[in-house]
Parts: sequence; structure tokens; C-alpha cells
Amino acid sequence: MVEIIEIIVMIFLAAGIFFMFTGVVGLLRLPDFYTRLHATGKCDTLGEVLIIAGLLLYHLFHYPETPLVPVKLLFLIIFIFLANPTATHAIMKAAYNTGVKPWKKGDARM
Amino acid sequence: MIEVFLAIGLLIALTILLSLYRAALGPGVFNRVTAVNVIGTKTIVLLVIIGYYFERPLFFDISLLYAVLNFIGTLAFAKYLERGEVWSK
Repeated sequence: MVEIIEIIVMIFLAAGIFFMFTGVVGLLRLPDFYTRLHATGKCDTLGEVLIIAGLLLYHLFHYPETPLVPVKLLFLIIFIFLANPTATHAIMKAAYNTGVKPWKKGDARM
Repeated sequence: MIEVFLAIGLLIALTILLSLYRAALGPGVFNRVTAVNVIGTKTIVLLVIIGYYFERPLFFDISLLYAVLNFIGTLAFAKYLERGEVWSK
């Protein structure tokens, strides 16, 4: 039983690391500000939520004597899921209102 | 399982190092704010991983506090860049 739970936790952690690396590749490679924000805003949220969910599952089966500690991780998941897209939207709105032009095909990379 | 946590923590540190490139050299202030926000949200997960690696649940509280501070800092920076002031009337 414990081995199966550990394999499931490893799958969660590997999926989270995959999404975080995808977000960083988007942050480094995409041509302008809006596309970089598009890459990091979604990939980072999903990757971090997957990693913390895997750790929550690990805690539930390995330390069953402290059942209140995973509630903190649950709060963290809910907060990241609410706050990270909000911060992304705030940065995007600020950039659009101050006149940052989107990239078009044929322009130089910014 | 401890080795898995160590490997995951090192990989998260590698992603933080890669996104530091955009924070240092990215053209314009908005690229830098984006990269700093990304680094902060990755640090939250790194703190939780450290808490499991050293078996100290104290790090979860630090992680919650860091999440709130990172969110408020990003919002204040976006508002300052948009309007030129943080406290608008």
C-alpha cells in the first residue's frame, strides 16, 4: 500500500516539475512580454499545485499522527490557485494601460 | 523518498536559476516583474520541499507567509507602474 502511494506521489512530483520547466522555457524563449506572461501564468500555477498536492498525499499516509498539518498545505493550494492568476492579470493590465505593444509576426524579438 | 525530495528541490533551484536570466537581463521593467513573480511562486514550493526534507513543519508557515507577501508585492508593483502611485484616492 505504501509503495503504491509513493509511486503516485512521485508521478505528481514529476508532473509538477515538467510543468514548471515548461513555464521557464516559455519565459526564456517566447518573443515578447505578453506571450511570456501567458506561458508562466498557467504553467507555474498548475505545476506548483501538482507538487503541493503530491506532498499532501505523502503527508496523509506517512505522518497520520498529525492530521492538521495538511490543512496548511490545502490553504496554500487554494491561495496559489486564487492569487497567481490574479497577479498575472494585474501585471498584464498595468502593461497594457501603459502602452506596451504586442509582438506581431515579422517584428524583432523584444 | 528523501532522495526524491532532494532531487525535486535541486530541480526547482535550477528553474529559479534559469528564470533569474529574465529577471536580470529582460528588456523593460515588466519582464523583470514577471520573472520576480515567477521566482517567488517557485520559492513557495521550494520551502515546502525543504520542510519535508528536514522534517520540520515550521517551514509550511513560512511558506504561507511568503505566498501572501509575494502576492501583495506583485499587486503593489503593478499598481505603481500603472498609475504612478500605490495609494490612489
